[in-house]
Amino acid sequence: MAQLSYREAVSAGIAQEMRRDNSVVFIGEDIAAAGGVFKTTEGLLDEFGPLRVRDTPISEQAILGAVAGAAMTGLRPIAEIMFSDFFAVCWDIVVNQIAKTRFMSDGQCSFPLVIKSGNGGGARFGAQHSQSVENWAMAVPGLKVVAPSNAADLKGLLAASIRDPDPVLFFEQKSLYGTKCEVPEGEHVVPLGQAAVVREGTDVTIVALAAMVPRALKAAETLQSEHNISAEVVDVRCLVPLDTTTIFSSVSKTGRLVTVEENPRLCGWGAEVSSLVSEELFWDLDSPIVRVTTPHIPLPSADTLEDAVMPSSARIVENILKLAD
Amino acid sequence: MVAAANAAAPDEVTRLELYRLMQACRVMEQRAYDLFMQNLVKGTSHLALGQEAIAAGFGAAMRHDDYTFCTYRGHNHTLVRGVSMTGILGELMGRECGLLSGKGGSMHLMDVEKGAMGSYAIIGSHMPIAAGAAWSAQYRGSGQVAVCFFGDGTTNIGAFHEAINFAAIWDLPVVFVCENNLYMEYTPISEVTAVDNPAADRASAYGLEPVVVDGNDADVMYAVAKAAIEKARSGGGPSLIEALTYRHGGHSRADPGKYRPDEEVAAWKERDPLKIYRARMLDDGIDETAIVAIEEEQAARVDKAEETARNSGPPPLEIAATDVWADGSSRWRN
Repeated sequence: MAQLSYREAVSAGIAQEMRRDNSVVFIGEDIAAAGGVFKTTEGLLDEFGPLRVRDTPISEQAILGAVAGAAMTGLRPIAEIMFSDFFAVCWDIVVNQIAKTRFMSDGQCSFPLVIKSGNGGGARFGAQHSQSVENWAMAVPGLKVVAPSNAADLKGLLAASIRDPDPVLFFEQKSLYGTKCEVPEGEHVVPLGQAAVVREGTDVTIVALAAMVPRALKAAETLQSEHNISAEVVDVRCLVPLDTTTIFSSVSKTGRLVTVEENPRLCGWGAEVSSLVSEELFWDLDSPIVRVTTPHIPLPSADTLEDAVMPSSARIVENILKLAD
Repeated sequence: MVAAANAAAPDEVTRLELYRLMQACRVMEQRAYDLFMQNLVKGTSHLALGQEAIAAGFGAAMRHDDYTFCTYRGHNHTLVRGVSMTGILGELMGRECGLLSGKGGSMHLMDVEKGAMGSYAIIGSHMPIAAGAAWSAQYRGSGQVAVCFFGDGTTNIGAFHEAINFAAIWDLPVVFVCENNLYMEYTPISEVTAVDNPAADRASAYGLEPVVVDGNDADVMYAVAKAAIEKARSGGGPSLIEALTYRHGGHSRADPGKYRPDEEVAAWKERDPLKIYRARMLDDGIDETAIVAIEEEQAARVDKAEETARNSGPPPLEIAATDVWADGSSRWRN
């Protein structure tokens, strides 16, 4: 075990897989020589050389088209889209080409690729560099969607994503890059489609994703110590495939569900989870489902404004106290 | 700037093969039209009648393990890779015997086993994908080449520019082939393009040689295809070829093509690639019986393909939920 930061876990996960499989290659803007704009991919060019780790022009459609073509023809490529807001620039390649072609071909080809991207707010970059867009990907049949909340999960889920035979959109939450935890040093793989109960509790289930998980955990501590409310926290980890079993098991135990989502309000990932729970676990619920989300606005740039609109642990606590009334 | 693809005329065997490929394409596309008129082909279809020499030239020049990528006007490009005509007509008719079991349709024909890596319906998006297949071949050292077909309208979309620059900087073994049939869907390409030759005049922007050729001359297309493919295969990097041609029909079945002047249509039909080639072969002393044999063979082939497709039922309904994922399922939850 070693203490690794979330950003270090990115290159650790990629390196682990590139060492064991020569068909894994990695391209993106400034990812090779510069080690990534967030310093997430340092050391990879040195270890694996310029044929396997390559810098590209600013050409998101070409970058993703290239990994699509390579994945169809025997490679396991990884592409980086620097900021996930930029997915909008190349969304056609993701949703019309990569997501649909296996189906349209009646299973003749597959796309074992990973597109990793820096997601979410909190860094004061302004609206075009701060949105959380994993919900966009969740809405598209044919894409797997992963969003780790900590360094250990990041390394393991990234490894699993690279090994996965299907296209995976891998969201690294930018605001978590500096966080650290114990990360297994040897081969570490966390299977896709498994949520994690990261804090056990009995009174309410908080389902959270990525950067909202630490905030949910902090809220749970406050709820316990100041209000004697026992909150269970579920880290979703993967939106697709979705671990409904773990989520349902928790909600049927506690009878209450609160989701914490960094997405803007409409059609955030929690809307789908809420819908599934209300349809399939209705009679187990003791109170309405509550979603704690960013309001339906682009993210403002000023630090005070950004902090005020993103879900905070205080707002999570406030919402749960309302439920308890 | 029109490159006279100067190579010796191909031998008789190759000529007959080129004619066979063109004849197969012609009868298949005409039959697709007939079947559409009988409401057996649903939705829409985009026929390439009149453009056969380009697909045939490349089809004859490629290695069996080379990759092709084409557009929604791709029935011919698919057929020339040795793909089943029954499978193609069956797919257009949405039958169980269809190449894609009815899941893809006219615009998405694909046969990976034959190197036909798909027909794509978003303008230009397959160009970077073709570059990616070429990158994969380069990385694996397989010697395979990717050939990517698209129309004149594609030259004004972003993915065209990104793909060619990308291929050029990495010296990828990909041949980009622009079939300039003078009309971007319903609008003359000259009205919406800042330069005269929509593909060739952009080549130098990416360090490539400008190439404009007669797309209705199968000998020219075969020669230019061989040269570009050989260049790519030997590590010489990508090419951009603009082939001038004309479609006999409208953009799609819904389009009667009234925006084209009658004299223009008539003049291009005089330059029908099959008509030209048949006359040339006879002039050069090829026995007409060999030519007629090909025509009869392909006529029988398309009749058989139609009959088999008509007798095939609709695909089983359950197939609609299959093969989203590599495990064959469409499951998103546990």
